[in-house]
Amino acid sequence: MIKVLRAETRKLRRPTLALPTLFAAMGLTALTTSLLYLLIDSPSGNGREGVRVSAEQLSLSNGVVYSFQSAATLLGVIALCVFAAQTAQEYTYGTLRNLLLREPSRMRILLGKYVAMSIFAFVIVMASAVVSIGLSFALAADAKVSTALWTSSHGKLAIAHALGNALLSTIGFGTLGMILGLILRSPITAISIGVIWLLIVENLLSAVVKNADKWLPGMQLSAVATGGSLNNSYSRALTIALLYIFIGSVTAAGLFKRRDVTN
Amino acid sequence: MVYEIAISVSNLTKKYDEQVAVSDATFEVPLGTICGFVGPNGSGKTTTIRMLLGLIKPTFGSATVLGHSINNPEKYLAQVGAMIEGPAFYPALSGEENLHVLATLGGFPGSRVMELIDTVGLTGRGNSKFKNYSLGMKQRLGIAAALLPDPKLLILDEPTNGLDPAGIHEIRTLLRELAENGTTVFVSSHLLSELEMISEYLVMLREGKVIFSGLISDLLEAQQSQILVKPEFEVDSDRLMEEIQSAGHTVEIKDGVLHVLVPENLSSEINRLAFAAGITLQSLTPVLPTLEETFFDMTGGQA
Repeated sequence: MIKVLRAETRKLRRPTLALPTLFAAMGLTALTTSLLYLLIDSPSGNGREGVRVSAEQLSLSNGVVYSFQSAATLLGVIALCVFAAQTAQEYTYGTLRNLLLREPSRMRILLGKYVAMSIFAFVIVMASAVVSIGLSFALAADAKVSTALWTSSHGKLAIAHALGNALLSTIGFGTLGMILGLILRSPITAISIGVIWLLIVENLLSAVVKNADKWLPGMQLSAVATGGSLNNSYSRALTIALLYIFIGSVTAAGLFKRRDVTN
Repeated sequence: MVYEIAISVSNLTKKYDEQVAVSDATFEVPLGTICGFVGPNGSGKTTTIRMLLGLIKPTFGSATVLGHSINNPEKYLAQVGAMIEGPAFYPALSGEENLHVLATLGGFPGSRVMELIDTVGLTGRGNSKFKNYSLGMKQRLGIAAALLPDPKLLILDEPTNGLDPAGIHEIRTLLRELAENGTTVFVSSHLLSELEMISEYLVMLREGKVIFSGLISDLLEAQQSQILVKPEFEVDSDRLMEEIQSAGHTVEIKDGVLHVLVPENLSSEINRLAFAAGITLQSLTPVLPTLEETFFDMTGGQA
């Protein structure tokens, strides 16, 4: 498995993939954080979905990670695209046959790929966290947000929780992408369906179907990233998300193991 | 493990729904030889190769590669190099990086990559991205990838596609060298004249079925040879044809030349018949069938 991991890392670290993805993730996080602080007094809101987040709220010990948590779903979408593309491209390029010649165990290939992409997701989450937290400190004074509690033990614990949840959520979104990539075997189809589902279909469903947000996979992962909400507890969201991921992973892995490699 | 046969296939069959891609294929490839694998497009060559490499599960039948069942590809693939249906690599990576990915995966030393870049004639171009390679360069990289494990068995599907005559010559020489050093080469190609030059053995498929497997020399010897007879004066052609036919031989005229379907050692008899009829011959040429002619003959003229 280590050989697969090292081989996959070679592919993931190529400049045309690693740098744009990293910059996109850091850029989106920087944008979310900047808007949160720069629009703090805006009547149209400064948080997600037009929610107003006050300076007092941001001055709490967990205020330091508010913007990072808001950006976590976007990191998840990026991870979904990367995982889906990296998996499905092996079919479209025909490179899966090369991989299986050098490592005949399909499960080892799959696991090595998954671990490599999860490490990639970890790097993205950490880099985005540094940008978000760093910008929060930089913009706090102008927005009249006190940072006194941010460096307290509670503040540090909030950062640790936010990082863990964002990582869990991002890898969860990535896993959904990998499942789509394995099933659909086309990067464009897998990414299109994944992104449309997460950003459009789930929002439409949750708007028209009562309590749909408590059952949709993307919304569960978003809830995990933000540490849960009043409507949807963290443990419930995590359990349902893991259930989706488990069923999807078993199905996709079964297909990957049994399917003939014909391209 | 001691084995004399590199590939042994027995009643191998692959069906997709109602369509039979490979039907009851049975053949053997001796160790240390170059074996050609020919057949028209869609005859089941690539499907057979994929089954041998564990990429496709057979519907029925069995096969062994280097003494191991194809149900356990992990037992033999470390000693097998293959290029199937053209080279497939990551376009955004360089040729070298692509080889490094496979070398890392297979546990081969990084130094092997540069060695192979030189071997296949890509020196100085290893750092270029694969997407910028010409067809011939891609093909060379595919061969380099197949050679990564220093294979005991090399399976190549159309290795000379896109190569210029010099490149084809290089690959032919390379395959010969590999075979001389003990590598078994199983090569599919539409360039039958090339195969005839380098292969000792041949497996021929038609519509998923093996229609010949064995020594190429046996195949050619079994084919009807002919003698091309050209009279000095064309007006004598019909008369000469009658003389040869009356002696019990089959003759047909193409472009003023008589094609007499007889063994090559009957040239003197044809010459005597012409002399007795007072016909002077301009040429009398025994011709053995080529692999290409034999192929067309056996596959019903399909390309």
